[in-house]
Amino acid sequence: MSREDQSLGLYVHWPFCKAKCPYCDFNSHVSSQVDYAAFQTGMLAEMRHLASHLEQPSKLRSIFFGGGTPSLMPPDLIAAILAEAEQIFGFATDIEITAEANPTSVETAKLTGFKSAGVNRVSLGIQALDPAQLHFLGREHSVTEALAALALAQTIFERVSIDLIYGLPGQTPVNWQATLRQLLGLGLDHLSLYQLTIEAGTVFYTRQRQGDVLTGSDDVVAGLFEMTNATMEEAGLAAYEVSNYARDGHECRHNLTYWQAHDWLGIGPGAHSRFDRQGQRVGLATRRSPQSWLEMTALKGHAIETECVETPMGWANEMLMMGLRLKTGIDLNLIEQKCGPRQLWLDQNRLATHFEAGLLQFLEDHNGDRLATTAEGRLLLNSLLADITR
Amino acid sequence: MTAPEQIRNFSIIAHIDHGKSTIADRLIQMCGGLSEREMTEQVLDNMDIERERGITIKAQTVRLDYTAKDGKAYVLNLMDTPGHVDFGYEVSRSLSACEGSLLIVDASQGVEAQTLANVYQAIEANHEIVPVLNKIDLPAAEPDRIKTQIEEVIGLPADDAIAASAKTGAGMAEILEALVTQLPAPIGDREAPLKALLVDSWYDAYLGVMTLVRVRDGVLRKGMKIRMMGTGATHVIERVGVFSPKPTPVDELGPGEIGFINAGVKTVSDAKVGDTITEERRLCDEALPGFAPSVPVVFCGLFPVDTNEFTGLREALEKLSLNDASFSFEAETSAALGFGFRCGFLGLLHMEVIRDRLSREFNLELISTAPSVVYQMHMTDGVRFDLHNPADMPEVTKIAEIEEPWIKATILTPDEYLGPVLTLCTERRGEQVDLTYAGNRAMAVYRLPLNEVVFDFYDRLKSVTKGYASFDYAVDNYRAGDLVKVSILVNGDPVDALSMIVHRDQAEGKGRAICIRLKDLVPRQMFKVALQAAIGGKVIARETIQALRKDVTAKCYGGDISRKKKLLEKQKEGKKKMRQFGKVDIPQNAFFEALKMGDN
Ligand SMILES: Nc1nc2c(ncn2[C@@H]2O[C@H](COP(=O)(O)OP(=O)(O)O)[C@@H](O)[C@H]2O)c(=O)[nH]1
Ligand SMILES: C[S@@+](CC[C@H](N)C(=O)[O-])C[C@H]1O[C@@H](n2cnc3c(N)ncnc32)[C@H](O)[C@@H]1O
Ligand code: SF4
Repeated sequence: MSREDQSLGLYVHWPFCKAKCPYCDFNSHVSSQVDYAAFQTGMLAEMRHLASHLEQPSKLRSIFFGGGTPSLMPPDLIAAILAEAEQIFGFATDIEITAEANPTSVETAKLTGFKSAGVNRVSLGIQALDPAQLHFLGREHSVTEALAALALAQTIFERVSIDLIYGLPGQTPVNWQATLRQLLGLGLDHLSLYQLTIEAGTVFYTRQRQGDVLTGSDDVVAGLFEMTNATMEEAGLAAYEVSNYARDGHECRHNLTYWQAHDWLGIGPGAHSRFDRQGQRVGLATRRSPQSWLEMTALKGHAIETECVETPMGWANEMLMMGLRLKTGIDLNLIEQKCGPRQLWLDQNRLATHFEAGLLQFLEDHNGDRLATTAEGRLLLNSLLADITR
Repeated sequence: MTAPEQIRNFSIIAHIDHGKSTIADRLIQMCGGLSEREMTEQVLDNMDIERERGITIKAQTVRLDYTAKDGKAYVLNLMDTPGHVDFGYEVSRSLSACEGSLLIVDASQGVEAQTLANVYQAIEANHEIVPVLNKIDLPAAEPDRIKTQIEEVIGLPADDAIAASAKTGAGMAEILEALVTQLPAPIGDREAPLKALLVDSWYDAYLGVMTLVRVRDGVLRKGMKIRMMGTGATHVIERVGVFSPKPTPVDELGPGEIGFINAGVKTVSDAKVGDTITEERRLCDEALPGFAPSVPVVFCGLFPVDTNEFTGLREALEKLSLNDASFSFEAETSAALGFGFRCGFLGLLHMEVIRDRLSREFNLELISTAPSVVYQMHMTDGVRFDLHNPADMPEVTKIAEIEEPWIKATILTPDEYLGPVLTLCTERRGEQVDLTYAGNRAMAVYRLPLNEVVFDFYDRLKSVTKGYASFDYAVDNYRAGDLVKVSILVNGDPVDALSMIVHRDQAEGKGRAICIRLKDLVPRQMFKVALQAAIGGKVIARETIQALRKDVTAKCYGGDISRKKKLLEKQKEGKKKMRQFGKVDIPQNAFFEALKMGDN
């Protein structure tokens, strides 16, 4: 097996927020009291249990505290989880440890604590730099708070990323570009720029069904996407994934684990793990509801609810689905090693059509077997996948 | 066995909903054919689809035992007739098995177009006709006006028409009595060699192939070896029976009687409707006049949505044709739709009924191409042939002339809607033959090209008359027409399933309409798609579907890729419902939807 395959990531899900944003479909809940000690016990137990699923646990190269709002976690809890992780798996020397943080003043105050606990990268949910847009998105923080949080984070952490959402109704290229320029002026090395998506089960979903217009039109948003790519590239932060932009070497290693279909374990409510075991791709998922996750971990030491083993076709689909999100694409030989000859999982006739149309390409610099989307193709990725996979 | 003098054979002529089934039920009940409990409503229409649409497809009979006022016992054979013109063939042979008809007219509605056609057939079959005005219990009933209408429009004396209500039971006794006193008894020679008409045949899951017969001369008995004079096949009779209305075995059937036989016939097509049955060892000298076999006049392609269901479709068609020899089918391949069948039908309703049955009884999901008529092609080299499929149209330069079928259509409408009806006929290249008024209803007779009627004429007629018009037609003749084939091109490739033959004057309008409609029906693709209508190499209309701009999941997060996978699977599932045409994915229903347009 190649060295790439040995890479292991750990995801920790914190399922609580101060308020539920109207667009958000993540497993996040609002709760007035959280029993941190119980969560700590549960998470540590679940981590130990999950480690036993691996053939041979390797060192962790990345850890990601996501949510929900992990910046609501006490730094002690984070420290305890990290200590346990190091003990079980060991840390690679260059390990990346990210925590998501919301830029409210309360959470910002805790940044030093996170740093001391071992976090070395933060991702701030800035979302927008316009009061009306923040209000539309139902955010709890102001523009000033967000910018202050960012400035503070940058003094504490070497690696800081921010999340923004665009494609809001009425948002113009001028408005969006101004936001981007303002932030680029602050010396960021990584940004996640997401097109607003209306997800089932959210307040926005219901409103949309009732006829409210909550996003820009496809044509407008496609235009914004193209403009974003150009603006970011000019600033030296080319898109390395559909929605992620970084200076060379500043990519989020943890998220690359997903996109490159490496192994990761996920602990906490509704966390997902995926890893190779005896030449097969295994997927696990835990209970989503925080309460029943707690009960189940207390009882069994883990809250794994589903376990599935992918068919070779399913695995190939997964690797294409994730790999084609990346600018660097995916090595078809790698998929063949795991899933069998490509005619089984790839419709090569359709590939040709999309090469011609400039939506797909083989990357020259990777001995010619690395399939990747072009910038235009990336915007149509779902259609492309439905077309080329079997 | 009953003496002919004690038998009366009759059919019922009525427009849909005028009360044929209800009256039949009443008569059956009065004659004690079924107990109260067995009396499921409307015994006669026993196919689901018939019941739903209120039409009769197969001939059915019921034997009623009636003691008349003269104190004698009579056998009354009710032969149900299909109410629709598409099944005119069945109507004619049912009528030929009877001596008289009840003409039922809804006293609140009056005579309708389909009633007319069937009455004329009955008159031609020398029937004695007993007019009945039904639904006189309704406040809106106008028996006197309707009597006048029957006299004016049909030319039948209606003074003695029976005022009836199947609802209250009024007039039912009079109907039974009139059947005995007004209809002639059948005539036949019991001693002569067997001569019986094969009225209908169908497949019964329990009894096998059932053959409905009307005996003219001689006697039919169990164990008798019979010969079908048309096909020459011989069979031994295993069972003789009558419908009372349950199939009930009897010893024999004599002259004038109507009943069924089972005779070891394997398939319905071996029991040819209209054939003459005689006895093998004592042949009759002359067959009964046969029927001109019905010829399909409307064709369409039927394709399974799921290509794997092709065999299933073939089996279903074979099964249906067991019971309905009047439709034809042959395998057809379409670049757009894959493997399917080109099917021929007696008319539009027949087509709908078969399509309905395929989807309902066989659970098949089908796409059908636009209905088309049969064109007579005259080629420059003298060859002539029938064209059933626009896709097979030869090159224009090799065609000397194309002839198309015309129909004679009769439309009855309340006069307030006459204007729009006439406009509709004119738009469809109609030629007026006759226009008469009877009371506040107008009767318009038009000659129309059938190809103008097969699309959506019914729908349009219904909508311009709010459903109050009735319509009937008969194929008239073939006439030369200035017809062209319009091809629809998707990114330059012709879509065979969408090509159509239309009058030159309408080519551009129809071509454009299809392109515009397709534009809405075909989802945006990853590239621009050109939709064109063309006559030969000449493009007459064009629309463009802009390329899809954006289809990507922006955030992919937290390692939960199962949801994304589901999305992908769903998208692929959706694609399966599409037909790949060149590079373009076209949803299957788009083909038919595109052709279903109105004249807007
Ligand atoms: N008021 C009234 N309704 C009737 C009468 N006869 C039939 N109907 C109703 O008219 C409708 C059509 O009758 P049906 O026998 O199904 O007509 P068919 O299509 O000619 O067989 C049904 O709803 C019957 O209940 C009648 O004498 N009076
Ligand atoms: C787990 S979420 C939130 C992290 C953090 N709790 C916050 O709200 O700042 C990660 C990111 O996904 C993005 N996101 C969430 N829902 C989205 C949606 N419906 N459409 C587009 N982006 C979304 C937001 O930018 C968000 O910062
Ligand atoms: S966007 Fe962030 S803060 Fe808002 S509900 Fe989702 S996870 Fe919580």
